[in-house]
Amino acid sequence: MQVSKIGIPRTLAYFIYFPLWKTFFEELGHEVVLSAATSKAILDRGVKEAVNDACIPIKLYHGHAAALAGKADYIFCPRLVSVRSHGDFGTETFCPKFLGLPDMLRLAMDDLPEIIDVRVDLKKGKDELWQVFLEIGSKLGNSGEEIKRAFTKAKKVQREYQRLLYQEKLPPEALELIEQKIPVPKKDKSGGSYDLQVAVVGYPYVLYDAYINAGLLAILEKEKVKVYTQDMISDREMNRQAKTLPKSMFWYFSNRAVYGALHFMQRPEIEGVIHLTAFACGPDSMVDRLLEIESRRRGNRPYLSIAVDEHTGEAGVRTRLEAFVDMLRYRRNRK
Amino acid sequence: MKISFPHMGYSYIALKWLVNHLGHECIVPPEPSKKTLDLGVRYSPEFACIPFKILTGTYLEVAEKGAEIILTSGGMGPCRAGYYWVMHQYLLDEIGKKVKVIAFEPPLCNLRDFWQKLHRLRVSGGLSVKAFIQVLKITWEKIKAIDDIEMKSYHIRPYEEKRGETTRALWKALEFVDEANREDEVDEARQEGLNVLQGVRRDESRDPLKMGIIGEIYVVLEPSANHYLQIMLGEMGVYSDRSIYLSSYTRKNTIVNLEGDIFQVARPYLNEAPIGGHGVNSIGETILYARHGFDGVVQLAPFACIPEIVAKSIIPAVSRDFDIPVLTLFIDEQTGKAGVQTRLEAFVDLMEKRRELKRQRERWAI
Repeated sequence: MQVSKIGIPRTLAYFIYFPLWKTFFEELGHEVVLSAATSKAILDRGVKEAVNDACIPIKLYHGHAAALAGKADYIFCPRLVSVRSHGDFGTETFCPKFLGLPDMLRLAMDDLPEIIDVRVDLKKGKDELWQVFLEIGSKLGNSGEEIKRAFTKAKKVQREYQRLLYQEKLPPEALELIEQKIPVPKKDKSGGSYDLQVAVVGYPYVLYDAYINAGLLAILEKEKVKVYTQDMISDREMNRQAKTLPKSMFWYFSNRAVYGALHFMQRPEIEGVIHLTAFACGPDSMVDRLLEIESRRRGNRPYLSIAVDEHTGEAGVRTRLEAFVDMLRYRRNRK
Repeated sequence: MKISFPHMGYSYIALKWLVNHLGHECIVPPEPSKKTLDLGVRYSPEFACIPFKILTGTYLEVAEKGAEIILTSGGMGPCRAGYYWVMHQYLLDEIGKKVKVIAFEPPLCNLRDFWQKLHRLRVSGGLSVKAFIQVLKITWEKIKAIDDIEMKSYHIRPYEEKRGETTRALWKALEFVDEANREDEVDEARQEGLNVLQGVRRDESRDPLKMGIIGEIYVVLEPSANHYLQIMLGEMGVYSDRSIYLSSYTRKNTIVNLEGDIFQVARPYLNEAPIGGHGVNSIGETILYARHGFDGVVQLAPFACIPEIVAKSIIPAVSRDFDIPVLTLFIDEQTGKAGVQTRLEAFVDLMEKRRELKRQRERWAI
């Protein structure tokens, strides 16, 4: 077996599945090369390479992939088709841009290393996930035995990561904890030093990418706000929320954002909901209005929508957030 | 009950007949106008695609006229269109209009729901099952007749001697279909309509360019959404062929699924299908048009249409490999007729020059 360098762009599904991928590749004896955190250079490169009508996350993905050219033997860009078997009519899938991403990437740039575009469609059957990993492992020249071992280990690490998220850790922090192999601490009940609890929902790749959202989470932390995101909610609770809508949407990440927001609207201690969206995001045009209407219907919860794009400045985001937080505090004091 | 539906091309002629013969009152949706779009833009989410905004406007207009129920289509994604009806219901409720949106989900994904809705429609109109099926059948025949006539008009128009004559003949032919009430009458109307179109005085010496029209279904099918692009092309003397017709659309998607074919064609470029809407179709159809010797292709899509953006990012490679020029027009509420026309004229000029050069080369080769 030859040791390969696997390039993983630090965006899109990275924030949710990175521990799974990394453990798997490393257990197989390969090297994982991660693109650098999003920067202006990466964004500019993405804007240059991607089709002009694409949304920011897709442009970013192109930028990250371009940054890996020459540094890796493969780019790991799985074609995410479905990762959960439930949903209205069982039609849940991903945004069309995710479905076509490997092809868009391949045709946009010539100098990219080979793309591992294995199709992840877990709807088809129970051991579909194993099949996916078997395909990746075989492609890299590993034996079935090795793949099996790596797969088991990877799933275990991913479960640990998931547990950290459920303990209300944000992915950047949780990724670090997993990386340093610190034993997972018990749930921290002390509360911390915040005096306001706000839910922030949106796509992981916008929410946890501090460059593209102009440090939104850090600004909130400075404002002494405890942030909750949809990734801290169990799948069971998500499914429960799904039943309260006339029809579920078709997009995995959108559904998570919607169900998450609906869940937080029920919790009285959470005083406001922020929806973070990317400019020209197709699904979000529906998500945003749906949440706006539902937040009024379900208990008149304050709702803020923030859209980010290539030109988003820190000052703009900060002003909006400060105003929102001030308004929430004012509202509470008046009661 | 007063029932209405979205305006899509000339299909309203058949749908109007359907609603009336189901024993309900039909509120015919007006052709989308500036007012429709203004209304739609005011109440729709900013980044919703243009079909969504036009439909919002249409629904508000028919609600004003007293419509109580709006029949529309659902969908299984991942194109946003499948979620339209839910969002429209939310919006109409918010505005305070008492209108119910009933959507028919594709029978392939929820047969029970589909039958229940049909059943309710039949019972509320007081029709027997037999009569109901007959009415549906005649409607289907009408849709096919309308499509046949429209298709013919695009083949005739580039040859017309007097500008506008084909369009007048088209309306006359559509009137025949509108008046037909029985199956044999529809068939007769189709024949008569085609004859009227055939009777348009033509200059057969012309050698029109051949252009394929691909893209998202609504902006392709609704002439007022694409600024009457196909009529414009015809009057410039260009023969245009459209990839989508309502009859082919429903035939493919719900009954025989002929689309497997087109997905195969697109596979070398996009190894995934379907990706929602007509994204994959657009890629496959570009290839098919190139193979059939067309001079160019126009891709029509609403601004921020997700599947068509994927298609757009891939089409340059197809265009290069198959040597066929493609013009992509993204349409939104800011698009003006003059802008579309200018681009088309330039594109047609380029194609003409290109064909000339190609023929010259061929002559030299001989």
